[in-house]
Amino acid sequence: MWLFFHKLGSPKYFYDLSGKFLPWFGGLTLILMLLGSYWGLVVAPADYQQGDSYRIIYIHVPAAWMSLFVYIVMASAGAIGLIWKMKMADVVASCSAPLGAAFTFLALVTGSLWGKPMWGTYWVWDARLTSELILLFLYLGFMGLEAAIDDKRTAANACAVLALVGVVNIPIIHYSVEWWNTLHQGSTVARVDKPAMDVNMLIPLLIMWFAFMFYYGTTLFMRARNEVLYRERDTAWVKEMVTE
Amino acid sequence: MTEFFHMGGYAFFVWTSYGLATIILIANVILPIQRKKEILNTLKRRLRREQS
Repeated sequence: MWLFFHKLGSPKYFYDLSGKFLPWFGGLTLILMLLGSYWGLVVAPADYQQGDSYRIIYIHVPAAWMSLFVYIVMASAGAIGLIWKMKMADVVASCSAPLGAAFTFLALVTGSLWGKPMWGTYWVWDARLTSELILLFLYLGFMGLEAAIDDKRTAANACAVLALVGVVNIPIIHYSVEWWNTLHQGSTVARVDKPAMDVNMLIPLLIMWFAFMFYYGTTLFMRARNEVLYRERDTAWVKEMVTE
Repeated sequence: MTEFFHMGGYAFFVWTSYGLATIILIANVILPIQRKKEILNTLKRRLRREQS
């Protein structure tokens, strides 16, 4: 395990390995996305209270879960880069930020589009919505800070600290629906007892969640590979690859 | 079929959500592909300059 971790830290090894995984991840993403969308839009029954509007859940919930998951990955990678000076960890953190921002944006906008017909408003300053908006600002702050510092190492360190401080927001988002009286509904899936949801509604949600996970893997690899190519531009293996 | 696109009266909200998701997800695939082409072109040019 340690050897694998150590090898993964080598940019060339990462480039070769991720190249092998990429087509599989991409293919799985596509299949799961199409299957999940079909199941969610066509097969799943309408909700007895929310009618067909609830079908936004199959975009909104996976995107929102990913917005938190990507942030945890980004902060952990940042910490690893900060402590062990591992180059690949910096790359993972830096490439996760725009993807996390995209998921967060998607979660906010689809939530807003769901809120209008159900709550009668696109936006309220309640705990869940506001803390998720702060998450978007954290991602954008990370990207801005990185762009503002020329030296890659200094930028990675500064961004890692920012990401780690921002971790405090993650439990706030997660528990906001329990700690405060929010307009946002409580959790339907992650409950101690069984999910309060019909199986035909739940399965497409889980499929879409897997689809989003593989999508993140795919796009993270694509971005990280680019970053590796550019950072390693002076090494023999990159030069060899370019001339081919 | 019309019923499907009508989405029980929520067509605008449901289809805008799915449309936007499609755009954002596809954009995040196209962007790194373009960036890769850009990087490879830059590196090729640099290498040719060094060799000449």
